[in-house]
Amino acid sequence: MTEKELRVSKISSGTVIDHVRAGQALNVLAILGIDGSGGEEISIGMNVPSDALARKDVVKVEGRELSQDELDVLSIIAPDATVNIVRDYDVAEKHRVERPGRVTGVLECPNRNCITTADEPVETAFEVLSDGVRCEYCDTIVREDLADLIAD
Amino acid sequence: MRHDHLLTARQLSREDVEEVLDRAAELDADPSAARERNAGTLLGLCFFEPSTRTKMSFEAAIKRLGGDVVDMGSVDSSSVKKGESLADTVRVVEGYADALVLRHPLEGSAKMASEYVDVPLVNAGDGAGHHPTQTLLDLYTIRETAGLDDLTIGIMGDLKYGRTVHSLATALTNFDAHQHFVSPESLKLPRSVRYDLHEAGASVREHTELEEVLPSLDVLYVTRIQRERFPDENEYQKVAGQYRIDEATLEAASDDLTVMHPLPRVDEIAPEVDESYAAQYFEQAHNGVPVRMALLDLLMEGER
Ligand SMILES: [Zn+2]
Repeated sequence: MTEKELRVSKISSGTVIDHVRAGQALNVLAILGIDGSGGEEISIGMNVPSDALARKDVVKVEGRELSQDELDVLSIIAPDATVNIVRDYDVAEKHRVERPGRVTGVLECPNRNCITTADEPVETAFEVLSDGVRCEYCDTIVREDLADLIAD
Repeated sequence: MRHDHLLTARQLSREDVEEVLDRAAELDADPSAARERNAGTLLGLCFFEPSTRTKMSFEAAIKRLGGDVVDMGSVDSSSVKKGESLADTVRVVEGYADALVLRHPLEGSAKMASEYVDVPLVNAGDGAGHHPTQTLLDLYTIRETAGLDDLTIGIMGDLKYGRTVHSLATALTNFDAHQHFVSPESLKLPRSVRYDLHEAGASVREHTELEEVLPSLDVLYVTRIQRERFPDENEYQKVAGQYRIDEATLEAASDDLTVMHPLPRVDEIAPEVDESYAAQYFEQAHNGVPVRMALLDLLMEGER
């Protein structure tokens, strides 16, 4: 562990999301639905110097391991992220996020005229494009502010 | 047809389109050709917004096939008012019919509805989304008049909200077509349609003036620009006049230009144009019946 990484405190067990694009740390938490209300201990490093990205964000969540579904969604806003699952102060698993072909039930469609925004038994579904997402129901393409689409 | 439902023009391959158009041509020549196999079939009409013509066209199609309709009725009198979900409505109507036709004001409604039914479902317009049967009859008309290969087509009017335009542009990517889009700046094609055209590698150009492209066109597809799209009346008047077709406009066009319109028109095509050889919009509307006959015949084939 380098000296720079020490700026964000070590965790005993949980998840470290590293190499998040600078400025996206809060969106990462939003996309994962983590706001501290569950009592989780969260540390965030923003604009931390990094060899690979020049500046990056780091997110550490104590006591919580990310599921594959969560990693898939994470990839949309943090495609370069690496995810370390820590158990007993040791990195037990290392993951790279992979962009899924589609994400379901996570993002809300911004088109108010889309059937997924109506009171119908339908789960949202988005095709993941190289530079955004596309609603599989109404075809709306979103490229900016994806974190705003995260369902509450 | 390899499809269970017809939801968007995007799902149609060149082979699918040709199969429907060939079958339509057969049925146009001999409307009784498919009567035996379709006699007694029932088509469920679920129209959640009024569309007299599209509805009549489907009714005519199934009746000419020897079948009949069961009609949900107008939205005012239906269970929709009582708060029933679309998912429930189509599941109920499915129990009465061999195929369903859905018109609904929300985008994606046909796709969602199709997930709840096993009989073939045809999207007859979902909000600003898709209108694939209109596209099939448009393609039929184009094939009859100008041909679908090496086609230069101008698509003009409200390209942003015009679902018939979205479906047509997408379907034309199956063919060797040069597409010119003519519209006011504020009513240009939406992002999703541009994306599809780009992905398909389509030959596409955008214009604000018809004069730039008119002489090179084989087909000019005109759509209505709605007053409601403009914040003030003056803006609308300026734009509306600029995209109006009359005899004088056609002087700059090629002698075998075909003028099309999904109808109803308001004043974007002057009545004097109706008399010209170019006018094909009433023929286009008529083609809705054989094309919808062909489509229903093919979709229900899988059920028999
Ligand atoms: Zn949508």
